[in-house]
Amino acid sequence: MPVFFYAFAAVSVIGAIALVCFRNPVSSAISMVGSFVGLAALFIGLNAYFVGIIQILVYAGAIMVLFLFIIMLLDLKAPSAFKRSSPLILVGGLIIPFSFVIQLSTVLSEVRGGDPKALPLQDAAESFYDHERDPDNQSEIYNSLQKKSLPDVNLIGLTLFGHKGDNASIRTPGYNFPLQIIGVLLLVATVGVVALSLKRKQSKSGGPES
Amino acid sequence: MASLQEYLFISGLLFAIGLAGVLIRRNIIVIFMCLELMLSAANLTLVAFSRFNTGENGLPDYNGQVLVFFIITVAAAEVAVGLAIIVALYRARQTVDVKELTSMRG
Repeated sequence: MPVFFYAFAAVSVIGAIALVCFRNPVSSAISMVGSFVGLAALFIGLNAYFVGIIQILVYAGAIMVLFLFIIMLLDLKAPSAFKRSSPLILVGGLIIPFSFVIQLSTVLSEVRGGDPKALPLQDAAESFYDHERDPDNQSEIYNSLQKKSLPDVNLIGLTLFGHKGDNASIRTPGYNFPLQIIGVLLLVATVGVVALSLKRKQSKSGGPES
Repeated sequence: MASLQEYLFISGLLFAIGLAGVLIRRNIIVIFMCLELMLSAANLTLVAFSRFNTGENGLPDYNGQVLVFFIITVAAAEVAVGLAIIVALYRARQTVDVKELTSMRG
């Protein structure tokens, strides 16, 4: 009985429901933090420690501060006369996700397999053994796996940046080109945000009026 | 540890709640937060498949987690640009209610 899984799954689902249901955008943002912390705990339960920490740092830290900052900058309050969505939108917005969940549970109940197995850490260490190096001077991944701890960050780095060694079992091409594309994307996003938030003077700029 | 089906169900549930929020809510900032929730639900699917699709040496398939890393990066850039657009929209129209932003309706 995986108690931690159910507890953190409940935290993330309740946070998500609160995100949709709260009227005040600040309350929505705070409940979104709760949902993402629960989700990060689920990642850590899946032995994805690096992704879990990144989820907390980026989503619950940076993105959420940005959301709260914008909400307070625009000075949004819960509207005194809360205008409900029309009943048609409410019904449609509930039926479509509900039918999606029903389809999903039907499909998942048919699927076999997927039972959890513990990771064979010490057996996996053998595939990272480098015969050209001294037994005392093996890689960090090999040493950690020998000590029965999962070197999550090193393995992600190995997959991300690639490895061109003679050891065929760990040779990977890596993701160097997508990494550069992401770098360009971040640069373009930064420049775009600055350009979007500039206040234009009326006639001098000559650009389209905002 | 729970089975793969349970992780996929939680992921689909979070995605459905996010979708319901996008369809129902009228505040454009809350709609944006629900979009982020849907992205994170997709991340949970990827990490779950990565953990259960073990390779020859028995370790998780780290290509899935690298994809999650890329998705989080793109989501951060998307939030920055999207919030800048929302601020520009609020400056021009003084509202964040999507019902009042109908100038692009055909």
